[in-house]
Amino acid sequence: MSTSQTTTTEHHPALAHQFDSMAQQQEASTFGMWVFLLTEIMMFGGLFTAYLIYRIKYYDGFVAGSTSISVSWGFANTLVLIASSFTMAMAVWAGEKGIRKAQMGFLIGTMILGAAFLCIKGEEYYTKYDECHIPGRVIGKGFDATGGCSAQDPKLGNIAEEVQQHAKELGKTVPEASALQTARQSEIFFSFYFLMTGLHAFHMLVGMGLLSWLFLRSKRGEFGPAYHTPLELGGLYWHFVDIVWIFLFPLLYLISRHAHAV
Amino acid sequence: MSTAVTTVTPVMPAKHYLNDNYGIRSWLLTKDHKRIAILYLVSITFFFFIGGLFAALIRMELLTPQGDLFQSDTYNKLFSMHGINMVFFFLVPSIPATLGNFVLPIMLGARDLAFPKINLLSWYIYIAGALFSLATMVSGGVDTGWTFYTPLSSGFLRTHVVLIAVGVIMAGFSSIFTGLNFIVTVHRMRAPGLTWGRLPLFVWSNYATSLIMVLATPVLAITLTLLALERGFHIGIFDPKLGGDPVLFQHMFWFYSHPAVYIMILPGMGVISELVTCFSRKRVFGYAFVAFSSIAIAVFGFLVWAHHMFVAGVSQYSAMVFSLLSFAVAIPSAVKVFNWTATMYKGSISLETPMLYALGFIGLFTVGGLTGIMLAALGLDVQVHDTYFVIAHFHYVMVGGMVTAYLGGLHFWWPKITGRMYPEAPAKLAALITFIGFNLTFFPQFILGYLGMPRRYHAYPPEFQVLNVLSSAGASVLAVGFLLPAIYFMWSLKYGAIAGDNPWRATGLEWQTTSPPPTHNFHEVPVVTTEPYAYGDEPEVTIVH
Repeated sequence: MSTSQTTTTEHHPALAHQFDSMAQQQEASTFGMWVFLLTEIMMFGGLFTAYLIYRIKYYDGFVAGSTSISVSWGFANTLVLIASSFTMAMAVWAGEKGIRKAQMGFLIGTMILGAAFLCIKGEEYYTKYDECHIPGRVIGKGFDATGGCSAQDPKLGNIAEEVQQHAKELGKTVPEASALQTARQSEIFFSFYFLMTGLHAFHMLVGMGLLSWLFLRSKRGEFGPAYHTPLELGGLYWHFVDIVWIFLFPLLYLISRHAHAV
Repeated sequence: MSTAVTTVTPVMPAKHYLNDNYGIRSWLLTKDHKRIAILYLVSITFFFFIGGLFAALIRMELLTPQGDLFQSDTYNKLFSMHGINMVFFFLVPSIPATLGNFVLPIMLGARDLAFPKINLLSWYIYIAGALFSLATMVSGGVDTGWTFYTPLSSGFLRTHVVLIAVGVIMAGFSSIFTGLNFIVTVHRMRAPGLTWGRLPLFVWSNYATSLIMVLATPVLAITLTLLALERGFHIGIFDPKLGGDPVLFQHMFWFYSHPAVYIMILPGMGVISELVTCFSRKRVFGYAFVAFSSIAIAVFGFLVWAHHMFVAGVSQYSAMVFSLLSFAVAIPSAVKVFNWTATMYKGSISLETPMLYALGFIGLFTVGGLTGIMLAALGLDVQVHDTYFVIAHFHYVMVGGMVTAYLGGLHFWWPKITGRMYPEAPAKLAALITFIGFNLTFFPQFILGYLGMPRRYHAYPPEFQVLNVLSSAGASVLAVGFLLPAIYFMWSLKYGAIAGDNPWRATGLEWQTTSPPPTHNFHEVPVVTTEPYAYGDEPEVTIVH
């Protein structure tokens, strides 16, 4: 290995004892982050596989569930996250150049966009809570295909009614039993909706924590051309979380939208 | 070839990693991979004996055909806690986290693993998971079996399924961090001149193991998370009553747990490669084949999981494909066995304790592997599914294979770890007792299973009693074989002969530094110029203890 033979003339304070040079340390850390992201892909992969199986098995329920969530908020959030990826990339760039003010500014910008994403997500979750679409019968009012809490307010989120209503618009009729069946299946959709976006939101929260830590370090002026590995690793993580959303958005929000033009 | 015989009297180095600093803080906050290896060694030994205790209780119940010692519910908990503790808290971390942690960086000529803090964190996460497991045990246990099958685990049982699931997820994350550390260290921290083709085979096998840890364990984490959420919030993922699919759980569980079986054998194969070549004083036969067979086992290991599900209603065609792929795993495994044998051929074999374990491994693993091929055959598997035949097969690989290799490796590297030799005579005796006790315990189980005795019942028909008594008798012999090393290893810490840098006259960078090594492993960075197993060229050295 060529890097282990190069002797650094001055010892950088951030160089850990087990490494021979800053270059070796940076290569190892970046590689380690990529391996970690690989484990993340496998973890989300398990969830995505389960999602796909039920999407095939309970397609009607998934369509009904998907059309009941707000595609506008989902789209807005996609834009917010893409913008945050841009500010994150700029923060890494400012790290390489050693411009402290710009690092701090772009990190703050990324955090604001991340917070905006989580607020929008919270608003969407609240709507689902209000519409009794939280699956299971533990949190909130509980979704019930036969009415349940929605019986108190018939306008809100009765999937079975919506399915029949939609069929009527297309000039078809759906028997009540099969509409209820679809509604029960949509509960599985909501399970995956909350699991997948929940796991993603958890990663966003971890990311916000990382960004705050990076902000403190860059405020102390630790990052410059010679050493900015933590910024780069934070960036890799943040982009990964964004990419997960790029897959989540069409999978959850855009099922069979062409047949359900709003 | 040198003809002059040099005589060396071994000395203990003045300064090494054990006396570098003292006190409980210097251990609990250490970032030294060697000390973390010892933290792991102590922790997993504790769990090995806990798991062993459950096994002893199981064998006691099975002495008689009637279910007289324990009620069936209690018995369910016993075999569940035996499996969970042994698999997740002993076998998975066993060789990688202890011997691997200790010798892998030294074999690479590195000062430490790439991420020492993450290494320490992995031990703390393991301990946190272990506490969850202990909490489960003291609060009444769990009776899912180590496989946590749904909907039994998610909808019906009233035991502490969520508690143990959290513990197992944590143990999983600790092994992910170990694997990540190994992969990065092997790629980025090798000494000058140490090319991939010069890596010791122990490094290759741990590298293959790490790939599995990193790629398979996250799937277990998400699967058990889904199980816990289904249990806690009644959302339908695996429970058919809620619209879920129980077979999906089996797919996702075995997608991890079959590769995990290779996490539990590959490091052992790496140890055996080191032992066989050292005690035959001969180059490894077909180095590249042995190295790449580890990678091949890791890759094939991901493609065979559904052979656990032949009776779970998977389609005939997928069952045939999975059966075929399972046969394919036998090829790289057999490559290893044949190459070890060929390495010994015309070597100057000496039968020190590590070599006894290595020879035991080759025999027992071959039996375990061949019965694995039998089980991969669709027709036979349907007949013996969930019988003691499967139990015997699994234990021949896991205990006859992995535990034997672990003990062999522990004896081999004990002088490097502690600077002292274990006593040879009782060690040889223990190796022999283990081998006899093991076969007496598990060979009757092959017959029992073939005759149709199902696993996981506390009572059985009277005609199975003779074989079960033999098996229980074997288990008590095996217990003696496992307790002996615990005793003489402790004894040797104080009274063992001074080992010296290289008591086995072995090749490999770990034998070029002092025993025990200094905190930074080497006083100067080693430069590698030769192949890993240049046995036969070295000068004659006699070590007088």
